[in-house]
Amino acid sequence: MFGNIFWRVAVAALLSHSFNAFAANDAELQTIREQLQGLEQRIAQQSSTAPAANGGEGAFNPAISLILSGIYGSFRQAPTVPATGFAMNANNNGYTRGFSLKESELSIAANIDPQFRGVSTFSLDPAGGVSVENAFVQNSALGNGFNFKFGRFFSSLGYLNEQHAHAWDFVDQPLVYRVLWDNQIGDDGVQLKWLAPTDMFIEIGGEMGRGRGFPGTDRQNKNGAGAGVLFAHFGDDIGIEHSWRAGVSLHQTRRENALSTVGAVSNSFSGDSQTAGLDFVWKYARNGNNRERYLKLQGEYFQRKESGLLTYNLATTDSYAVTQSGWYLQSVYQFMSNWRTGLRYDRLDPGVAAVGVLNAGNVSSDYAFNPSRLSWMVDYSPSEFSRLRLQLVRDNSRQGLPDNQLFVQYIMSLGAHGAHQF
Amino acid sequence: MKTKQSGVSVQTNARISERYAVAKKILYTFLLLLSSNVHAALNVFACEPEWAALTQQLAGDKANIYTATGALQDPHQVQARPSLIARARSAQLLVCTGAELEVGWMPVVLRESGNSKIQPGSNGHFEAAQYVVMLEVPTRLDRADGDVHAAGNPHIQTDARNFLPIAEALSKRLIQLDPANTVYYQQQLATFNQQWRAAITRWEKQATPLKGMPVIVQHRGFPYLNNWLGLKQVAELEPKPGMEPSASYLGSVLNGLQQNPARMVLRAAYQDGRPSEWIAERAHITTVIVPYSVGGTSQATDLFAMFDDTIQRLLAGLK
Repeated sequence: MFGNIFWRVAVAALLSHSFNAFAANDAELQTIREQLQGLEQRIAQQSSTAPAANGGEGAFNPAISLILSGIYGSFRQAPTVPATGFAMNANNNGYTRGFSLKESELSIAANIDPQFRGVSTFSLDPAGGVSVENAFVQNSALGNGFNFKFGRFFSSLGYLNEQHAHAWDFVDQPLVYRVLWDNQIGDDGVQLKWLAPTDMFIEIGGEMGRGRGFPGTDRQNKNGAGAGVLFAHFGDDIGIEHSWRAGVSLHQTRRENALSTVGAVSNSFSGDSQTAGLDFVWKYARNGNNRERYLKLQGEYFQRKESGLLTYNLATTDSYAVTQSGWYLQSVYQFMSNWRTGLRYDRLDPGVAAVGVLNAGNVSSDYAFNPSRLSWMVDYSPSEFSRLRLQLVRDNSRQGLPDNQLFVQYIMSLGAHGAHQF
Repeated sequence: MKTKQSGVSVQTNARISERYAVAKKILYTFLLLLSSNVHAALNVFACEPEWAALTQQLAGDKANIYTATGALQDPHQVQARPSLIARARSAQLLVCTGAELEVGWMPVVLRESGNSKIQPGSNGHFEAAQYVVMLEVPTRLDRADGDVHAAGNPHIQTDARNFLPIAEALSKRLIQLDPANTVYYQQQLATFNQQWRAAITRWEKQATPLKGMPVIVQHRGFPYLNNWLGLKQVAELEPKPGMEPSASYLGSVLNGLQQNPARMVLRAAYQDGRPSEWIAERAHITTVIVPYSVGGTSQATDLFAMFDDTIQRLLAGLK
């Protein structure tokens, strides 16, 4: 643009110069003509060269997006009661009775320079306060299939863990994510992953972090890493209509003086926590066209072993070990443009704990109950930036407290909207 | 005895020469493999089938082309599938439309591919929309207007004339990436230009009866075709680009046709047929399905056939 103006001015100057040179002879005129031709050609070249790439994230620099979300909830049982056998786990279900605003998500992302790209997501709590959900830097310029990430980010373990709340297919996370990962595990640390140079998608990676989020306990005044993750993802297409991804993950951390309250009693646990997981997702669309109808089937399984010392009522300490697990299977079907419906089944196994003699009479070791839940949803998305959802739930995650739950949710996305992961 | 001996030796000789031949074959195969590795074909990742077909025309067997999407897929609704990430990993050249058509999946594919050669701004990243005059560049950007692209309407492949500057730029890019085959690429481009110019003349002549013909389009995806062949678009079946029409909206389009009658309703092969069938039935006009990309119809087997078929179908709609 600037270049064009520059050349136009130059031509004008030359033209006026030629008018001034009234007594110019033919030879001079010829030279001027040639000069003019040269300049014209350069202008033509200038305007025919490619314009700066528009669009994508570069259209906004940086790309700013805001997610607005709220729900209406109706249920009988108090949401504060944890799933049976999981009192020492996280129980952050994220809903209350009646109308409530969910966290608004403010994201800012941009390329920092040719090497780095920065992404931050701030969560605005409806009760006030801002928390940093994600704040990481990614280097995709390493080449050879390497991707390096550092800062605060959602771990790449499992399938759902990396997805932001606005991309979830249900109002809430599966129970297994709620109790084993406090909905989503994000850590402060580094991640390195490598994509194999094969036609099939094979990605392996590892993460090292502080271990700040559940199941870790924030390490204070300690060097080194508090948590580690290893993961591998595989995926491919079968014809043009089917595509799939599967994965395995391992997570390890150490819990230090993790407090939990059961009734009026506070317990503290210190020990090792190891989790293994399997995940898969399969998608189908006729001719591979997602516009009208598509089907998605996904499931994940996680198993966690914890062993260490449990201090009952902050007084009696003895050994404690348990293996907990859980899984979910869900399917979402878009039956016509803009309309989807989905069904999800959740199940948890609190396991049988090996409780040291001193606490044998204090802590229950076997609940003989498997929490489960069935959720059905239907949602309507007038555009890719808005979604309205109804969800009905038969909750049987708390022994003796079965519940029917109803949710209505809206998710609206303003500003730049990045591409979603598979 | 002698004869027997000589017989044995003949046999041994035959065996030896056979072994030689096998060893030679293995050696040649090995050398062939080695040399094909040295002069490996350029790995091209084409976002849409029309760019795969164009690359095929320009690069022949010098390129190994992977097509990311099919002509029966809505290009706005593609997902960042693991297979796409895996293929982008080893691509040396990405050939896409650009102008935000791939905005819903390409950023993730590029990021996750860990391939620095195809990132935006590098030689391995080619966006066709940068080499043509864009139509319908919005004067205001507001999501209330629906799925509008800041750089203009990205469906540039419906005007055959657009392929000339794109082919030239793409050929230059191939030469940049694979200078050893410069002469070959230049020859391919010259042949393509000659054949394509002749074809454009033929298509324009065939399409003369279409000039000024009033049409309805299902999606705002034909400005380049309209501009080229002089079709007169009187209505769109989507209330806003990318939005599904409601029955009442279709009703209002139908009413509008009484004042501005149309001869046919156009839709791309990947689009759902219901809205156009609905209007065609009530307005007593024909529906014309255009291939829109290579492979959109069984006749559209390459770029030439795609336009042959498009024009044949439009002409058939006149009858």
